[in-house]
Amino acid sequence: MSRDETKALAPGEALLKVTDLNVRFRTADGEVHAVRDLSLQLAAGETLGIVGESGSGKSQSMMSMIGLLADNGAASGSASYRGEELLGMPAGKLRRIRGRRIGMIFQDPMTSLNPYMTVFDQMSQVLIHHEKLGRREARTRCVEMLEAVRIPEPKRRIDMYPHEFSGGMRQRVMIASALLCRPDLLIADEPTTALDVTVQAQILELMKDIRREFGTAIILITHDLGVVAGLCERVLVMNGGREMESGPVDDIFYRPQNAYTRALLAAVPRLDEAEIRRLASVAADDAAEKASAEAAGEVITRHEPKLDAAPLLEVDDLRVHFRIAPATVFGRSQLLKAVDGVQLSLHPGETLGVVGESGCGKSTLARAVLRLVPATTGRISLLGDDITAKDKKAMRAHRRDMQVIFQDPLASLNPRMTVGDIVAEPLWTHSPGMPRAEVRKKVAAMLERVGLGPQFINRYPHEFSGGQCQRIGIARALVLEPELIICDEPVSALDVSIQAQIVNLLMDIQAEMNLSLVFIAHDLAVVRHISHRILVMYLGRVVEISDRVNLYERPMHPYTQALIRAVPIPDPHKERNKPHAPLQGDLPSPVDPPSGCTFRTRCPHAVERCASETPALRILGDSLVACHEAERVRAAIDRGVSPTRTAGA
Amino acid sequence: MAREMPGHAVPSVEPGATPVKGRSLWVDAWNVLRRNRAAMASVCIILTMSVLVIVGPWLSPYDYAQTDWDNISIAPEWESRHVFGTDALGRDLFVRTLHGGRISLMIGIVATLVSLLIGISYGATAGYLGGRIDHLMMRIVDILYAMPFMFFVILLMVFFGRNIILIFVAIGAINWLDMARIVRGQTLSLKSKEFVEAAEAQGVSTFNIIRRHIVPNLLGVVVVYVTLTIPQVILVESFLSFLGLGVQEPMTSWGALVNEGAQEMETAPWMLVFPAVFLAMTLFCFNFVGDGLRDALDPKDR
Repeated sequence: MSRDETKALAPGEALLKVTDLNVRFRTADGEVHAVRDLSLQLAAGETLGIVGESGSGKSQSMMSMIGLLADNGAASGSASYRGEELLGMPAGKLRRIRGRRIGMIFQDPMTSLNPYMTVFDQMSQVLIHHEKLGRREARTRCVEMLEAVRIPEPKRRIDMYPHEFSGGMRQRVMIASALLCRPDLLIADEPTTALDVTVQAQILELMKDIRREFGTAIILITHDLGVVAGLCERVLVMNGGREMESGPVDDIFYRPQNAYTRALLAAVPRLDEAEIRRLASVAADDAAEKASAEAAGEVITRHEPKLDAAPLLEVDDLRVHFRIAPATVFGRSQLLKAVDGVQLSLHPGETLGVVGESGCGKSTLARAVLRLVPATTGRISLLGDDITAKDKKAMRAHRRDMQVIFQDPLASLNPRMTVGDIVAEPLWTHSPGMPRAEVRKKVAAMLERVGLGPQFINRYPHEFSGGQCQRIGIARALVLEPELIICDEPVSALDVSIQAQIVNLLMDIQAEMNLSLVFIAHDLAVVRHISHRILVMYLGRVVEISDRVNLYERPMHPYTQALIRAVPIPDPHKERNKPHAPLQGDLPSPVDPPSGCTFRTRCPHAVERCASETPALRILGDSLVACHEAERVRAAIDRGVSPTRTAGA
Repeated sequence: MAREMPGHAVPSVEPGATPVKGRSLWVDAWNVLRRNRAAMASVCIILTMSVLVIVGPWLSPYDYAQTDWDNISIAPEWESRHVFGTDALGRDLFVRTLHGGRISLMIGIVATLVSLLIGISYGATAGYLGGRIDHLMMRIVDILYAMPFMFFVILLMVFFGRNIILIFVAIGAINWLDMARIVRGQTLSLKSKEFVEAAEAQGVSTFNIIRRHIVPNLLGVVVVYVTLTIPQVILVESFLSFLGLGVQEPMTSWGALVNEGAQEMETAPWMLVFPAVFLAMTLFCFNFVGDGLRDALDPKDR
C-alpha cells in the first residue's frame, strides 16, 4: 500500500472541493451546457447524495471531475481532491488517483464486468498494476474484500465468471473492486437503479456497513429520494445543470426552501401514507399541467369501483409454461413456469395493482390476459365471455374492450408512423368504414385529452420525449374507449416528475371513463398510490391479494412484509428507524423453483411443512394469502416480537 | 403535407398551433446523407452514368455490332469518331462500353429487384410467423445455399443455351437467399418490439402488421443491402462473362469487354482500360452510397 503519497487532511479541510464547475458538450445541435456553476464540498467520511432527474447534470458533474467525460465534453472551473486540482491533471496521474483514491460504481452491473474474465482476473488487475502485488497476495486481498461485501463462499466464487452471478451479486463484486485499494472516496452513480427493491435494500445496507468499517466518503448519485433519505448526511438537489438546493438531509426533506425540491418531494407517491395526495408534476409546461400542479398535494377522494357489479375480468388458475430448448443436442428441454396458477378478478372502475420483483411473471400474466402468449391451462373471461381459447379472428371483437400500455414509451410506437396514424390505427382496425374526417377528429380529440396539442398530429415518435411518447401510447389505448387497460410497467422508464404526470393522467381518465386498470409495476409505492387492490406475485404465483390500506398496514405474507420493508421511504427519520433486515438472497430460477412454497428459500419463517406442501391462497382477515405460517407470523409481529426461523419449533 | 386536414375537424386549435409537418426518419436520414460528400458525389456519378449509357449509344455514328473495316483495332482518336478506339473486329469501343453498361446496370438492378421482392416477402413471412413454418422455410433456403453456384449456372447454360434471361434467373435465384436471411433476422428482432405487440393487442391482422409495422421498419436495412447488392450482382455477371458464360456476342457487358480487353492487353490496352474504369467507378460509387446510407439510417447515430 502506498498511503504515504497522500498527506493527511488538516482538520476542517475538505476531502473534495468543487468550485464553479461547468461542463459543456459540443453536439450537432449546438452547445449543451450540462453543468452550470456547481460548487460543493465533501469532508472525509461524509456521505453526500446528489439528486436529480435525467439530464440534470448530476452524473456529468462527477464524470468530469474524474476525467471520464465523453470526447465532445469540456469542463472548466475547479475540482480539488486533497488540495490537488483534478481538472486538467495529466491522464496517467489521474488514472492512478481514480484506481486507488477514488472508487467508482456504475448503474449497470451487467455491463461493467467483462464476461470473458473471471472475477479474480478483473479485480486483481488494479492490485497487480497499481500496488505491484504478487498474484497470491492479490488473491488474499480480493477474497477478503469479497467477504467484506458479503459474498458467500468467496474463495470458490472468485474464480467464477460474471454470468454465474446474479445482478445483486455482480453489483457487490463491483463494490468490492472499487474498494480494493481502500479509497477514501466512493462515487456511486445510480448503484441500485437496475436492481430489484429487495436487492437494492441489501446493497444500501452494505454501503452503510462499508462506510462504518472503512470510513469511506460516499457520493451517491440517484434519482430516488428514498435511497438518499436513508443513507446520506447531506443532499444536493440538481435540475437543468444547476444546484437547486443543498443542505443536511433533514433540512432538505422536512424544510425544503426551493420550489423544485418541494415539487420533487411531492411528485413521489408515499408508501407510508394512507390517504392519496395528488402528485406534483415538476415540469408543468402546458396549461392543463399547470392547473393540475396547483392541485398537487391535495388529498383526493379516490374514484370508487362498483364492487356489486359483475366482475369485468376473471382469471382462474392461469398457467403459462414455456418450454426452453435444451442447451445441447441431447439435453432435455426444461419447463419455465412463468405463471403458475394465478387467479384474480377485476370489477368495473377498479384498479388492480400487480407487484413483484423482476422475473416473477407479472409481464407474462399481462401478455396471457391479452392473449399475446397462449395460456397453458386455466380460464380467462372478459365481460363474461371465456376468451381463453378463442382464435385470432374471434378474439378481434374482444380486443376492442381490452387495451395495453407498455413500459418503454418509445419502443411501443412504430418509428415509421406519424402520431396521428399511430392513434388512428385501432380505429382503422375496428371501424374500417369510419370516414377519414371522423377518424381525424377522434384522434385529435384524444391527443388533446392526454395533453398533446393537435399540432403534433403529423410528427413522428422520435421527436417526442419519453413522457410525451407514453401519452401517445395512452391515447392509442383509449381511442377505442375500452373497458379495461392493462398497464405493463407504464412509468418505470420515466423520471419521477413525468411519472407523476402519467399517474395523474391515468387516474383522471379512469374517473372520467370508469375504466378498469390492471397496473403492473415493481414500485410498490406507485402501485399503492394508484390501486384499489394489490396482488403480490412471487415466482409465477400469487402470494397475497389485499386492498391498498390493508396491504401496507397489515401485510400477511412474509414476502409482502419484506417487500414493504425494502422500499426506501423519502423520510429520513422513518428510514433511519426502520427495522433493517433486508430479505437475503436472490430470486431462485423459475426453471427450477424450490419445492412446496417457492418463497421458503428466502423466508425467515419457513418451517418443514413449507418444503413439502404448496400453500393455497386462503382468506385471512381481509386478505387472500398463500402461506402456511401467516397467522403465526402476523401474531408475532402484532405482539411486537420479531418472529425468527425457530419460533415455530 | 401528405394528407390535407379540414380545419373544422380539429377542436380548439389555437392560432399558431397548426399541424406541423413531422420529420420522418427518412427526412432525418436524407439530412445526414446530404452532408456525406463521398456519397453525394457517388449518387451524382451514378445518375450521370445511367443517363450516359441510355443516351450515349444514340449519339455515336456507329452501332455496337457494326464493323468499321477501315479502322480495325485502332487507338482512341477524334477524326474517325472512335473516341475510345475500336476492338479487333473494328467495332467502336465507346458504343460498346456504353452498351455493355446498359446490360450490366440492367442486370444489377433487375436481379436485385427480383431478389428484393422474393427476399422481403419470404424473409418477413418466415420471421413473423416463426415456429415450424419459419423452420421449414429457412431449411429450404439452407438447401438452396448449399448448391454450388457455378455448377448451377453451367447446368442452366448446358440445358437452355446461353441466354440473357437465364442470367437474370441464375443471379436472382441465388441472391434472394441472402436477402431472405437478413430480412428474417431483422423481422425476428422487430417482432419482439413493443409496437408490434401493441398492434397484436389491438387486433391488427397479420397482413397489416407485416405491411404497416414490419416492412417499413425493414426498409432501412434493405436499402443499404440493395446498394451493396447491385455492385455484387454486376460483378457476378462480369465474372460469368469473363468465363464465357455470360451474355452472347455481339451483345456485350462490362465483364465481357474486360475479358476481351484482357486478352489484347499488350497490343491494345485501351480495350481493357475504358470498360475497366467504367466498371470500377460504378462499383465504387454504389459502395460509397451504400456506406453513406448505412451511416444515415443507423438510429444509434441520432
